[in-house]
Amino acid sequence: MNENVLVSLKNITKKYGDKTIINNISLDIYEGEFLTLLGPSGCGKTTILRTISGLEELTKGEIYIDGVNVTNVDPTLREVNTIFQSFALFPHMTVWDNINFGLKMKKIAKEEATKRIKDAIKLVKLEGFEDRYPPQLSGGQQQRVAIARGIVMKHKVLLLDESLCSLDLKLKREMQIELKKLQKQLGMTFIYVTHDQDEALTMSDRIAIINKGKIEQLDTPKNIYRYPKTAFIADFIGESNIFNIEIKETTDKYALAKINEDNSLKILNNNYKVGDKLKILLRPETFELKKEYVRNSIKGIVKNYVYDGQITKLEVEVNKGLVLKVNINDADICSKDDTVYLRVPEEKVVIIGEQNEE
Amino acid sequence: MKNNKLFKYLSTTPVIIYSISLILIPLLYILFLSFLTNDAYGGVEYKFTLSNYLTVFDYTYLKILFKSSLIALITTLICIIISYPFSIFLMDKSEKTRNFLIKMVMIPFLTNSLIRTYGWIVILRKNGVINTFLTSTNIIKNPLSLMYNSFGIIIGMVYTLLPFMILPIYSSVSKIDRSLIEAAKDLGASKWQVFKNIYLPLTISGLFNGSLMVFIPAIGYFFISDILGGGKIMIIGNLIKNQFLTARNWPLGSALSIFLIIITFILIRIYKKIGGNMDDLGGM
Repeated sequence: MNENVLVSLKNITKKYGDKTIINNISLDIYEGEFLTLLGPSGCGKTTILRTISGLEELTKGEIYIDGVNVTNVDPTLREVNTIFQSFALFPHMTVWDNINFGLKMKKIAKEEATKRIKDAIKLVKLEGFEDRYPPQLSGGQQQRVAIARGIVMKHKVLLLDESLCSLDLKLKREMQIELKKLQKQLGMTFIYVTHDQDEALTMSDRIAIINKGKIEQLDTPKNIYRYPKTAFIADFIGESNIFNIEIKETTDKYALAKINEDNSLKILNNNYKVGDKLKILLRPETFELKKEYVRNSIKGIVKNYVYDGQITKLEVEVNKGLVLKVNINDADICSKDDTVYLRVPEEKVVIIGEQNEE
Repeated sequence: MKNNKLFKYLSTTPVIIYSISLILIPLLYILFLSFLTNDAYGGVEYKFTLSNYLTVFDYTYLKILFKSSLIALITTLICIIISYPFSIFLMDKSEKTRNFLIKMVMIPFLTNSLIRTYGWIVILRKNGVINTFLTSTNIIKNPLSLMYNSFGIIIGMVYTLLPFMILPIYSSVSKIDRSLIEAAKDLGASKWQVFKNIYLPLTISGLFNGSLMVFIPAIGYFFISDILGGGKIMIIGNLIKNQFLTARNWPLGSALSIFLIIITFILIRIYKKIGGNMDDLGGM
């Protein structure tokens, strides 16, 4: 990845009346990067995208694209293109004319335009569909036309607004891989908005988790999954077990975290003090399930057992208030109502903050 | 089933009687009259002739026809020019504002148009609101002739017929997905290009409907030209009215009426040919 900052958001804020949609966000997006804005609906992610394209005006802050301050530049003149959630294809124009639209507006010479359109159509595999009208195409094909219409402009940034969410699951998976390939092939910067964590994890170089108009965490998919900064993120990305512990003993390297009267876990010490009350995250796949007692394990009873082919999903009750989600590969190791021991490797325990934090 | 049939008869018969007695029979009577001869006392002689139709193609009458069409055409164009920006402007507003403004367009509709046309006299005449303002502020010395000419008629026509243009255009503009407009802007289309490439082609049926609903009445609205044209400007509507009431030449008036009906049919044919949809106008 290139280290050139291509799109830079500086302290941007957007308000509708009293309602703050974007709350003082700053974000640098690099050239050739696939960055995803991920968050629940209504978190402001689409609005961020629209401020970059210029379809939404900022209340405060500045936006730079390729080093130019575009804060007050009309969307018509910004060198970015958007793929809309509804695709927004012009129903009265053929596929060819749709893709040609932007080139016509920018008065690109005919030979150049024809070449670019042919290349784009080839890239999105729509050869033979040039004379069709959008309503005659399937969802996946319409999606491809929308992408071709964006990339044909040869701008450095493409903004994608929940572009895959209207497709069915199988097509979605295919398009995820294709979109990622396309982005690498073109070397373009993609800024992608979605509420689908799967999509975000599969395609992105970096993910920005947006919640209530703020960036909660900005990191690679791996780090976001493994080391979520807040309980919100841990809960939003993947399955998780989040519960409270109290530090009981500390040594230089380790600390002893008490879960309840019967169970404690050894975790890596990170300047914890005896009496610290912390929140910890354990992903369902981090447990090693044993039938006999092993060191550093949590004892519980299998309350629910769901065989899912590749993995088996368990719900293990540790005590009344605490039921852990556990995923295991070996379906035969236990059955319902068994008493089991869940070993937790100390390096897999993630502390996501103090208990009084929201 | 029997009851159903009875209900069907009961509900359709009045409409059929109404249509036959008040639309079909008078029209046939007009058609009949148009082939008869006018006598010297304003009565009708039962003698077949085609001379009324030949008179219609007289230079004087063709000039009136041309003038009427020109006034109707200008009226239609002005209505289009007002309706598009208004409809597009409405789309950016909240639903509340939109409904309010559309109501404001509709309310004058509910008042008698004759009375409303008289209202314009107060505004347009020599010592009317506009002229008084312009002369008292010394912008002009002599009052402008704003009525008793084609200008006055066109103002009156545009004012009366504007809702017939705004409603179909607004309704087709409001059906356009907002993201299409945003996509066009995003791809670099200026305001004019967005209008030319997106709004216009996607609202063409609304435009046709509106044009038809403005142009056809505009040829015939005699009271507007009577009031605001002061009887100086003849349009086909006045001509027909005069033949019946003043000149008392019923056969010629009838021939002119039939001629107007034929023109209307031709316009509808053209409208259908270039892609208009009669269903939008109640089907035909």
